[in-house]
Amino acid sequence: QKNGISNGTLYKKKFVEHFEQAPMYVAVLTFLGFGVGTVFGYLRDFMRAWGLEKRNIAAEREQQKDFVPLYQDFENFYTRNLYMRIRDNWNRPICSVPGPQFDLMERVTDDYNWTFRFTGRIIKNVINMGSYNYLGFAETDVNALKTVTIELQKYGTGICSTRQEMGTLDKHVELEKLVAKFLGVEDAMVFGMGFATNSMNIPALVGKGCLILSDELNHTSLVLGARLSGATIRIFKHNNMQSLEKLLRDAIIYGQPRSRRAWRKIIILVEGIYSMEGSIVRLPEIVSLKKKYKAYLYLDEAHSIGAVGATGRGVVEYFGMSPDDVDVLMGTFTKSFGAAGGYIAGKKDLVDFLRTHSHSAVYATSMCPPVAEQIIRAMKCLMGLDGTTQGLQRVRQLGKNTRYFRRRLHEMGFIIYGNDDSPVVPLLLYMPGKIGAFARRMLEKNIGVVVVGFPATPITESRARFCVSAAHTREMLDTVLNALDELGDFLHLKYSRYSKSSHPELYEETRLELED
Amino acid sequence: MDIKSMKNYLYWLYCQFELITCSYLMEPWEKLLFYTFNITMLVMVFYTAYIFVPVHVSTAFQFFLHLFGNQRENTVSVLK
Repeated sequence: QKNGISNGTLYKKKFVEHFEQAPMYVAVLTFLGFGVGTVFGYLRDFMRAWGLEKRNIAAEREQQKDFVPLYQDFENFYTRNLYMRIRDNWNRPICSVPGPQFDLMERVTDDYNWTFRFTGRIIKNVINMGSYNYLGFAETDVNALKTVTIELQKYGTGICSTRQEMGTLDKHVELEKLVAKFLGVEDAMVFGMGFATNSMNIPALVGKGCLILSDELNHTSLVLGARLSGATIRIFKHNNMQSLEKLLRDAIIYGQPRSRRAWRKIIILVEGIYSMEGSIVRLPEIVSLKKKYKAYLYLDEAHSIGAVGATGRGVVEYFGMSPDDVDVLMGTFTKSFGAAGGYIAGKKDLVDFLRTHSHSAVYATSMCPPVAEQIIRAMKCLMGLDGTTQGLQRVRQLGKNTRYFRRRLHEMGFIIYGNDDSPVVPLLLYMPGKIGAFARRMLEKNIGVVVVGFPATPITESRARFCVSAAHTREMLDTVLNALDELGDFLHLKYSRYSKSSHPELYEETRLELED
Repeated sequence: MDIKSMKNYLYWLYCQFELITCSYLMEPWEKLLFYTFNITMLVMVFYTAYIFVPVHVSTAFQFFLHLFGNQRENTVSVLK
């Protein structure tokens, strides 16, 4: 389904998203594969329980056999029997900067992924299609890191304190002013860890008696923050404005569950780009809904800040809206800025409130100075304050790479999810056997990919997720695309029914012959 | 050349079977068990088909022949 827009006049440019469903036989075969895996899982569990096979996993002690069982639930069963078989595709240690290419430590297993050992060899220059390095700021170029080295020598690495005690440096003040200027808001506050920004600040903003309307596919940090706050949580279907409007109307008409009083606060939690789907939030519609029903909006731009928008200022700029429309702008510096940490930006009153009431400000260590300097230099580069146009070039290169990569993958016939402008590209694999085969064969071709299966995705929709970067050259992308073409034919992954011909140049040749 | 591409195609089909039924992930003894079970089932199905299908088909053929054959004889006798 392509353009399910209810109010087309709100969007200034085309909003095209793809969520194609695979043919029915694919779902049937996926369940068949899981069924066979489950049968063999039961067989192996039986053999382990009766002592026919060595037990490598966690098990209860003899004295605890009569207690409530710890490892019998489905999640542990799945981990023991299905995840262990393909475990070598995750947690791969790398030993260089995660730029467009990286070095991988080779590891082998002698007992089918229960234990690993390093051979000592390093696989060099593996093309990196998994790191969130959207603008390519994860670099070791000495000229680029000059200011970071100076700050490292001036401040050292440790802060040894929280923001409210002795942990606020002049670097933090400078960074916060710069972030506020970058986003076009009044004030901002930075935190040391991106996940903790969400989970520690949402409880400070909402409490009991408030209503949280959260998207179906929100990240765990948002879910954890919402649950910790103690507010009532209602979920609306992913990016579905009719579902959100229905929930808003019900909330205002019926109020709180038993007392029927009005809700103290209604807050909508959404993300800029959803990292598992690659879809972009329908911000114009959400803002018009929020204004109509007087709710607050919390926008988590973890993946979209720096990655979308004409000058890299996120989804707010992408849709041509003003940052005053969003009440709480949150983002992380991990993805596009090559650093670590998160920020919350908005009106000055909001940020001053968070400086006193956030758990992170009171108890968590603040961001360390070299990391703050890295963000400052990356942001200055993006805004053009360092005197070059490098920042704008990076944003344009990312846009070009994204559009090229997505267009070629669509033409080849793969099923790709998400918006045409998002640099996160999930390629659907569906069957559990193909997850392991895909990741291993891509590594043999010297390309590192991230594959995701159940439980991070629905059980039938396992996928490989590519993150396009501004640092990827056209040759690297072509290498990856050729490898994907070959692998797609070998593993039979090209399920799309809407692809154009996969080899358009052949058609041009015959046209020449006909002209003769 | 044809034999080579035929062999490649059969190998590709075998790989697809392995991927779809997750036998790509199994250890060698599990694969042996799985394939033995599958091949046994297939052999039994084919054996049953070999024994019973000709008998069923000829019985059905005779039944229909009897049905239509009787009609033909009746019409012939009336015409006579």
